[in-house]
Amino acid sequence: MGFGQLSFDMAHLLAGGVLLLCFVLLYQRRVAAVIHALALQGVALALAVAWQGWVLGMPGLYIAALAALGAKAVAIPIGLRLLVRRLELRRAVDSAIGIGPGMVAGVALVALAVLVVLPATPGSGVLAREGLAIALSVVLLGMLMMIIRRHPIGHVAGLLSLENGLVLAAAGPRGLPLVVELATAALVLVLTAVAGFFALRLRDDVAGPGPGLLHQPYAEGDPPGKAGR
Amino acid sequence: MTAALAILLCALLLLALAGGGAARWSALARGVHGGCLAVSVGLMALGGAVLAGGGGAPLLLPVGPPWAPLSLAVDGLSAWFLLLLGAVGAAAGLFAWTHEATAPPRRLIAYPLFLFGMALTLGAADGFTLILGFEAMSLASWGLLVARALESRGEDERLAARLYLGFAIFGAACLIPAIALMGGLAGDLSFAGLRAAPVQGGVAALVMALVLLGAGSRAGLVPLHGWLPIAHPVAPAGVSALMSCAMTKVALYVVARLLLDLGGPAQPPGWGAPLLVLGAASALLGALRATQEVDSKVLLACSTIEHVGLVAMGLGLSAILRAADLGPLASVAAGAALLHALGHALFKTLLFLAAGEVEHGAGSRRLDALGGLIHAMPLVALCTLFGAAAAAALPPLVGFAGEWLLLQALLSAWRVGALWVQVLVAVATAVAALSTALGAAAMLRFWGLIFLGRARTPRTLGAQEAAPPARAALVALVVLSVGAGMLPGSLLALAAPAVAQISGHAGLVVAGPLVVSASTVASDYWPLGVLGLLALFAGGLAAVLRRWSPHPAARGPVWDGGFIAPPAHLPFGDPATQASAAGFAQPLRRLLGGRLLMAREVVHLAAPGDPAPARLEAGFHDPVLPALLRPLSAGRERLAGAAEWLRDLGIRQFLGIAFGTLLLLLVLLALVDPA
Repeated sequence: MGFGQLSFDMAHLLAGGVLLLCFVLLYQRRVAAVIHALALQGVALALAVAWQGWVLGMPGLYIAALAALGAKAVAIPIGLRLLVRRLELRRAVDSAIGIGPGMVAGVALVALAVLVVLPATPGSGVLAREGLAIALSVVLLGMLMMIIRRHPIGHVAGLLSLENGLVLAAAGPRGLPLVVELATAALVLVLTAVAGFFALRLRDDVAGPGPGLLHQPYAEGDPPGKAGR
Repeated sequence: MTAALAILLCALLLLALAGGGAARWSALARGVHGGCLAVSVGLMALGGAVLAGGGGAPLLLPVGPPWAPLSLAVDGLSAWFLLLLGAVGAAAGLFAWTHEATAPPRRLIAYPLFLFGMALTLGAADGFTLILGFEAMSLASWGLLVARALESRGEDERLAARLYLGFAIFGAACLIPAIALMGGLAGDLSFAGLRAAPVQGGVAALVMALVLLGAGSRAGLVPLHGWLPIAHPVAPAGVSALMSCAMTKVALYVVARLLLDLGGPAQPPGWGAPLLVLGAASALLGALRATQEVDSKVLLACSTIEHVGLVAMGLGLSAILRAADLGPLASVAAGAALLHALGHALFKTLLFLAAGEVEHGAGSRRLDALGGLIHAMPLVALCTLFGAAAAAALPPLVGFAGEWLLLQALLSAWRVGALWVQVLVAVATAVAALSTALGAAAMLRFWGLIFLGRARTPRTLGAQEAAPPARAALVALVVLSVGAGMLPGSLLALAAPAVAQISGHAGLVVAGPLVVSASTVASDYWPLGVLGLLALFAGGLAAVLRRWSPHPAARGPVWDGGFIAPPAHLPFGDPATQASAAGFAQPLRRLLGGRLLMAREVVHLAAPGDPAPARLEAGFHDPVLPALLRPLSAGRERLAGAAEWLRDLGIRQFLGIAFGTLLLLLVLLALVDPA
């Protein structure tokens, strides 16, 4: 299998689409656009996993693809939209670093992933190696997004993108046992994390100053309200 | 043979279980001590049998992780130390049978485990089992100290236990990487595999440093000796004897095994130099402290530092001579080290048990509270005299043979190798001689202050002779140490496999059953001859004075330095007329203690017109342990302050730390070629 064969090119195209949508996620400034890009990434992931199932002849992957489509392309985006509306979150996603440096950092991470994966897996097939490199890039970009975003939706998007990378990696090589179960478990884990994140983290951000304010030290003479992050 | 060792180890584990049951059935305590005694005798017999007849193939244990199968084997070197461990364990068991019949269960659990750890370390046939045994030994002995601290609820005991644990963790943190470095990338930790691929170059130097720090901290080599004088007095006498005589030897065994046996072949001449230097420093500092201490068990612990230093000097000298291709001389040094290790185990156990008896009978460990005990405890006094004479290296006893061989080796080695080696050996010779003399002075002071003179407190007069089992232990140790002193040649012949393993030279010192010598042209040491000469001289003197003297014998007043008989109104005399422990120590403190022990003497004069008396303040302290601990505690404070900063981080910073670590590892992976 190599360049010029339909199965390889399609797999490459779909996985590359997931990676491309990661970059799209990285530079979006508005909450609605982030959620749209996340849904699109879910669709791309579902297509990639389904194609992988067809190429490798593993019908179990179709189930994983369906789950990804249902959860990541439909359910989670709708849920996030509702949450944003109900909690009246800010509509703009502000980044800690600008678009340009963020893009440069993302490209550097992709290069690093390729540098790490390709020399470490000389024995396995081309499809598995390239798939693994792309998946690792997606994971790293997801983590990068979690770090550079200040908005809670940005954190959630980063976490979900990270999980997409994991599923992509799991679907890549031939014959990894329990792929479907692993993908589903990862999905459940991420959903739980998101729910917990909103329950615990947003309470402080949304519902005004919580008890965390009491722990902030402030200089003598400052009014108490002035201290803070 | 190896199966016998496995059975004995299992028996020790069962005894630890039985110790746990002593909470309900108190009669089990005696059973545990009796069992430990029997197992110790078994270990001694096993060691002797292997030395005489050779060991068996390594035995793979059915437990253990797949990447490092546990294995046992007894070869010459381990057999020699098993012999020593068995002797100490048996004597300590007899002592515990007398005095520890009502010991609490936590101590009864830890005691067999302590023996188990030491026996497992000695019987290990791979690095992983060695580490397991060594750590079991450290933790079980720590458990014994903690049990003691819980009983007495004293601040000193608690601090001693904490310090001990700190040293144990430090030792583990050094030994584990050392073994891993020796295993290398192949990961074969069995002794055969390690011997086939000895460490070289920079890795070898690193292994040497790590082993010396790790095992040296357990053995009490000098920069890391601080815990011995603090921890040994806390434990009961039998446990002190085990710690001081067996555990330090097990640590020396680890040094000998890892550095001399497994890592020793094809090393540069400097390989043994660190061992020689640390040994000389330990010998000097330990002996000097032993002349100054005022607590009997602390004194004995300091004397242990001295003798451990002498053994380490023998090992280091053997490595130097081996690297210089002088096999026979190397075997002399190695034989001296092994012989002195056994001798020290015998006489120091004797002294510790006697100190325990004195503490039990006279109620104190302070030398200033004892005195005149030769009247109350004649047998203990006599046995202790033998032990102290052996520790002072007096000729026909066991301490002399080892130190004499060591000095012989040192004296023949000063022309070997490069100039710095020669200077080093010459200095080491002088230090060895000086510390032997200081050790003899310390033993004289120890025995004289406890047993001679007048009782310094009334409580001392109520002391009673030791109970029969403890007396049997003392007498047996006297017999063993006198016997070992009489037959150093036979012992060295028995130790030939161990000597060959350490020194790499199969041929032995010139050693007949009764005579021992460094080489064919050097002078011989003939203990029986020395004894005969001594007897002839003493008998002749007595005969001349008594039989052939023209005048009848008459008793006259001797010069006693102002120490007069007590007047009738003061039955114990004036305490100020007897030299105190500090008074005895004063000349050496003034002579040598100024630099080495930070000794100070200050006279505080009262102001004119003030009727208060002038006061003389004198004292000393060992500068090494505070010098080690102060930067450590300062570093801990700084680290804690830095860690405070972590508490105020937000979620993004935490994620950033994790992400940064991951990136760093990935970059490392990308940089390092996987091939």
